[in-house]
Amino acid sequence: MIARLTRTERSVAMALAVILLLLGLTMAALGDHDPMAVHGFMALGLGVGLVFAVGSVLEEPSPSPARLQQYYDDPIKVGIVLAMVWGVFAMSIGLWVAALMVWPDATFGQAWSSYGRLRPVHTTGVIFAFGGNALIATSFHVMQRTCRARLADQLSPWFVLVGYNLFCLWAVSGYLMGITQSKEYAEPEWYADILLVIVWVTYLVLYLRTLRRRAEPHIYVANWYYLAFIVVVAMLHIVNAAALPVSWTGAKSYPAFSGVQDAMVQWWYGHNAVAFFMTSGFLGMLYYYLPVRAQRPIFSYRLSILSFWGITFFYLWVGSHHLHYTALPHWVQTLGMTFSVMLLVPSWASAGNALLTLNGAWHRVRDDATLRFMFVAAVFYGLSTFEGSFLAIRPVNALSHYTDWTVGHVHSGALGWLAMVTFGAFYSVVPQIWGRPAMHSSRLVEWHFWLALGGLLTYVFALWNAGITQGLMWRTYNDAGTLNYSFIESMEAMRPYYIARVVGGSLFLAGICVGAANIWLTVRGARNHAADRPLAPQAAE
Amino acid sequence: MALFKAHYNLEKNSIALVIAIILAASVGGLVEIAPLFTIDETVETTEDMRVYTPLELAGRNIYIREGCYACHSQMIRTLRDEVERYGPYSLAAESQYDHPMLWGSKRTGPDIARLGGKYSDDWHVAHLINPRAVVPSSIMPAYPWLASAPLEVDDLSDHLVALRRLGVPYTEDMIANASQDAAAQANPDSAGAGGVVERYGEATTLRRFSGMPRLTEMDALVAYLQVLGQLTQAPYAAQPADTEVLQ
Repeated sequence: MIARLTRTERSVAMALAVILLLLGLTMAALGDHDPMAVHGFMALGLGVGLVFAVGSVLEEPSPSPARLQQYYDDPIKVGIVLAMVWGVFAMSIGLWVAALMVWPDATFGQAWSSYGRLRPVHTTGVIFAFGGNALIATSFHVMQRTCRARLADQLSPWFVLVGYNLFCLWAVSGYLMGITQSKEYAEPEWYADILLVIVWVTYLVLYLRTLRRRAEPHIYVANWYYLAFIVVVAMLHIVNAAALPVSWTGAKSYPAFSGVQDAMVQWWYGHNAVAFFMTSGFLGMLYYYLPVRAQRPIFSYRLSILSFWGITFFYLWVGSHHLHYTALPHWVQTLGMTFSVMLLVPSWASAGNALLTLNGAWHRVRDDATLRFMFVAAVFYGLSTFEGSFLAIRPVNALSHYTDWTVGHVHSGALGWLAMVTFGAFYSVVPQIWGRPAMHSSRLVEWHFWLALGGLLTYVFALWNAGITQGLMWRTYNDAGTLNYSFIESMEAMRPYYIARVVGGSLFLAGICVGAANIWLTVRGARNHAADRPLAPQAAE
Repeated sequence: MALFKAHYNLEKNSIALVIAIILAASVGGLVEIAPLFTIDETVETTEDMRVYTPLELAGRNIYIREGCYACHSQMIRTLRDEVERYGPYSLAAESQYDHPMLWGSKRTGPDIARLGGKYSDDWHVAHLINPRAVVPSSIMPAYPWLASAPLEVDDLSDHLVALRRLGVPYTEDMIANASQDAAAQANPDSAGAGGVVERYGEATTLRRFSGMPRLTEMDALVAYLQVLGQLTQAPYAAQPADTEVLQ
């Protein structure tokens, strides 16, 4: 794959690899007695590996200009494989932390394996490593196809992929060593945060440069969503990650904000990580792969416009619904609740637009498990956004907050929406870019579908029950007018639900393992050229 | 419609689209977050609020490192059952020096905003070494190594300096004596003990938190857990009977 870069691109890649190597060496040397040194060695190792990989083909002749008549799919392939590897890894950790709720001593007496350190490994692993790689890979695919243009260059997609995965690796390995800022869904320390900013800006520039080359006058709706995902995540990340390192030679930093302001910034970020990472990006995916797979045009163009701007405007207001009845001023809570309820309109407009697109293609939903993945994703998107608006209503939140209902809600979104739409998209794109007529086994796709759906339903039903039971037990009074249950009684009552969660999680994990195997078998039997080409090729760079 | 017509042109220009996205996405944050820094009533004024001692700060960093916040909240809401179960509802002032705040979002275990003084040091040590020795049905992880891991105190001055830059009122005196104060707080008979009280106030607790002579991470974590809800007495003064909020 590296030999397919031009000689200039290979030289720049070599320079970047050397910079990475030197950066790793500096971090390893400065971070003496600090876990940051371990991250330095990781960067060093990656840098050395890249120097050898690029160096071995540095002097090869440049590829023929004929490549410019084709889409550039190599980074998409790597992104999909990475997403599946991270997915299997992060969901396995998820199963482990679920098991720790039932068998708390399954830590083998190690510090790194206690619940508090493993939990962010699971959340970061699924949302950012699995979801992020899936978004990056599919965005490269969607932007090229909907613009009918090749990626603007061959090097920056690799920079984005490699840099992003180094960020994920630093994040996840950091938690195991106790490196964390403790900000939920934004735990990585300052140097990982800086790396992410550099990677993200490169990603945005690449996206805009590719859009500039488009042969279509209009930018297709999927790209609006991917753009919103990239732009707003950058905004959120830069503000929320503001921190002051204790020293430049150690990992520890103190976040810039404190107390109530920190809480508000954190949940402005936290809820919009859900909005722009887990929703907007994946809606981009849905808006391309669902109509393509169903062979139906999007139901309504105007509905797409309304829902896109509704989501982009309303979502940023709703973070404060994570802080009902807390020390956050009441007026901010009220605004958060109000906008959360209004948010249902654009959310359901999107879900409805997707489902109505399937009108006339229901026989395909019945017969094609790939399309069925996306259908279920749209349904769960609708259900989760309804549930989200409902949970944001202050009196409902009084019961649900702090309980497993919230965890159930997040998983109905993450498993039911994010993972389902990703699997649908992957099963659509894998045969296409690896040049196969179809997936290796459509029966395995069916198996994956039913395992995933079974696991999802078991999981969310268990945690809905768990959360509501918990919330009710905490506020039950007896005839004497005192609280009826001790906290520990409410915790003991959770055990059957936590066991059910382990079962649900196992099924879902089994599903993604089947999917990974199926993708591997498809790739292994691949011919090595893509089946589609840009209709209106661009002139040489 | 004119609106859709305008959009028809907007979606042909990628830079305009990006600018429109930034504008649309900025409003919510500006309206909700910026005023929190300027409206004075957002954080109550308290007379007696003190900063964390270096030992408590080190304990807090262990709490963060181990991810305790994933299962324990530190934010009692203005709800009758919460106030009766955990104590007076949390005030914004109590976490004004918390970089980051640790309000939490999940109660797999109970809220611990008012944990300080509720249990003995011995109970905490036994509970952290093996939670199930004290609470048989607990599902909390065991942290036995805390009792043997020596506490790193050499760089605590740097930590205080960083926090002061962010607005926490640590004095020169506190910064200069940070390491020594951390050791002295867990060793009340030592020469430096008087300095800790002088710098952080009479209400500061000086004890051998872990019960062992050597300064370990257990000392720091227990010192932190014992100060939760004790940095100011303001919440314990009669809270307004805000019947509308307190349901």
